[in-house]
Amino acid sequence: MSEHSEHIVPASLYWLIFIILIIATFLTAWIATIDLGKFNTVVALFIATCKASLVVLIFMHVKYTSEKMTKAILISAVFWLLLLLMLSLTDYSSRQTEDNKTTGEVVPVHILSGSVANT
Amino acid sequence: MSDSHAIGETPLAVEHEARPELRHHFADEQQQRNAASLGMWWFLGTEIMFFGGMFCAYLVYRRIYFPEFAAASRSLDLIVGTLNTAVLICSSLTVAMAVRAAQMGKRKLQVQLLLATIFFGLVFLGVKGYEWSNKYKEHHIPTFHYNVVGGNGDLIKENSAFLGIDKVKNDPVKLAAREAEIQKHTQIFYSLYFALTGMHAIHMIIGVGIFSVITWMAWKGRFTPEYHTPLEIAGLYWHFVDIVWIYLFPLLYLIDRRPGA
Repeated sequence: MSEHSEHIVPASLYWLIFIILIIATFLTAWIATIDLGKFNTVVALFIATCKASLVVLIFMHVKYTSEKMTKAILISAVFWLLLLLMLSLTDYSSRQTEDNKTTGEVVPVHILSGSVANT
Repeated sequence: MSDSHAIGETPLAVEHEARPELRHHFADEQQQRNAASLGMWWFLGTEIMFFGGMFCAYLVYRRIYFPEFAAASRSLDLIVGTLNTAVLICSSLTVAMAVRAAQMGKRKLQVQLLLATIFFGLVFLGVKGYEWSNKYKEHHIPTFHYNVVGGNGDLIKENSAFLGIDKVKNDPVKLAAREAEIQKHTQIFYSLYFALTGMHAIHMIIGVGIFSVITWMAWKGRFTPEYHTPLEIAGLYWHFVDIVWIYLFPLLYLIDRRPGA
């Protein structure tokens, strides 16, 4: 039976990942208060993706699993999610919005970065 | 299982006697474990699409009404949100450690870690409730008495340049029109905020329920190094809910916190 037992992740690695996640959480909150222009959102989402990847790979054991289908499901789910987000956002980015015509003061903003274009 | 099967009757019977948790249609424990976790991953795949639809709606409206969304996002408490994220990460650590304790056959440690997980989960929900009650007091819940123009939930004073108020403040007609627009568009933010955090909280409540059962099973000594599948797949669910929050936190709280912007 022992040859079938799972990979036991050392506790020190779990603690390391935990500390990285906590530091990244405070880091992302701090960076948000610094003016990086359109890169604020990009950096925030990058940090979030790093955190999520660590949770998936280590805490959820995807790095250690012997089941290849797990990775296939994960990759395909993320692929479909990105397809949904990308196609929807490119569609809406290429349209003029209706509701902001009242004053003409609010102009369309850049996708993802969200920064307001200069008027 | 009883002891009625004499040892040595058949090799297969002996093997099954020693491994009562192994269902007969699986070749071995590893296959059984992989099948169970694969089922959970399929479910999590559907959950990604479930939350993905709401994230998509959020991103589209955030793009269209960015100034309103940023102003409304600034009304959320950054410090409370950050600390609550940390609480959820603590709960993920205790889950991972509980699974590890089961892999090593440590029953007492498992129960302690699982109770810690439930505790962190409840703390998160309590803080969430506190944040929601603040939104209620500020009239930021998009129902009756919703108000962001003036009053104790005013969003305009601190964001007037950003919201385009400064440019129209000398023209009463345009000013009123702009204020009505802000009133309308910030409601979209708060609707999505409550839908996303509410759906996340429902997942947390379900998670706490699942983990109560898991803790009871661990207390009964049901999990061994060979068999702890319920704990393992409940852990996958908990980590997934954690990941949803890892994205919700920057998207909802950190839209635009730049000073003077």
